[in-house]
Amino acid sequence: MNTQPSIEERLWDYIDGIATPEEKSIVEQLIDSNIEWRNQYHELLDVHQLMSNSLELDEPSMRFTQNVMEDIAKYQIAPAAKSYINKRIIWGIMGFFMLTIAGFLIYAFGSVNWSGGGSGSTTLPFNIDANRINSFDFSKLFNSTYTSVFVMVNAVLGLVLLDMYLGKKKKQLQEKH
Amino acid sequence: MNTGTNDNEIISRVLRGEQSLYADLVKRYQNYVFTITLRYTNSREDAEEIAQDVFVKAYRSLADFRGDSRFSTWLYTIVTTTCITFLRKKKLDTHSLDNEKVFETVESTDSGFKANQVEQKSKVQMVNKAIRLLSPDDAKLITLFYQGEQSLEEIGHIMGLEPNNVKVRLHRARQRLKEKMETHFEQEVKDIMN
Repeated sequence: MNTQPSIEERLWDYIDGIATPEEKSIVEQLIDSNIEWRNQYHELLDVHQLMSNSLELDEPSMRFTQNVMEDIAKYQIAPAAKSYINKRIIWGIMGFFMLTIAGFLIYAFGSVNWSGGGSGSTTLPFNIDANRINSFDFSKLFNSTYTSVFVMVNAVLGLVLLDMYLGKKKKQLQEKH
Repeated sequence: MNTGTNDNEIISRVLRGEQSLYADLVKRYQNYVFTITLRYTNSREDAEEIAQDVFVKAYRSLADFRGDSRFSTWLYTIVTTTCITFLRKKKLDTHSLDNEKVFETVESTDSGFKANQVEQKSKVQMVNKAIRLLSPDDAKLITLFYQGEQSLEEIGHIMGLEPNNVKVRLHRARQRLKEKMETHFEQEVKDIMN
């Protein structure tokens, strides 16, 4: 019972012609030698042939093509997306975020006192004082002017993007009517 | 189905302004598109409306067709998204793949035409009626694979699935179709198999 799906899947792969050459020869041998495989193979092959030869396509109404052509006459082919997506904007947004992250890192590393620290037996080229890390006040970092500026710039950018999005939507609606 | 080369030639000319040539593409694929939309809706009117919408959308986005895939694969992707959007709008049940209750519902509501099916000895009719008893996803998979001549990779692209996942789903769909035929057309299946 447990082997049933496996046999079926392997047989379907063989019938569909997607089995690897090794798998194909194994399945062929199994079909020749094993009656269970042979019976199942013929059963699935019948289903496969039935579907390959008997499936019919449904046809729409006689006027279908005409209806489509009348419909598309109202429209223009939209320009390809790549032609109106300005890569400079994408690079600009990416650059902004990279600069922000870099700024944060520089600020964070600049606040660390590299000369301090204990004489631990670490193999690192510099010593890290665990007490200093624990005592580092992160709230100072996130309450600083830098954070406020960062949040402000992001808020402004968010509003600009929202305005652009809504403006585009409005334009699309106007085009429709 | 026609080759991708011919499709690409037509598309290039349509893009250059020969709009009337688009009718060739519509004629070429309308049956495939309509068959798939009909699998989703079970209503000819709705299916035709969606199919028309698909061709209009495809026309408007024609400049975005880069020719990386076959036109049919690109078109069937639009079919899938349009069908899903349409069903969402209509708040119809899209039927999950493994929802057996759905199949039972289809069976019970179709009992009227099933009586006729039993009388019919045609293999073609039997298979086509059995496929209508499947879930839309199963029916679409089988339609794309056997009629749309799409590879597992292409179906994966259309349905947003990995090819291996498509393979497993196709196995299941065929198994379900086989079961449907055995359950509803027992005698016909025996005649065919023997």
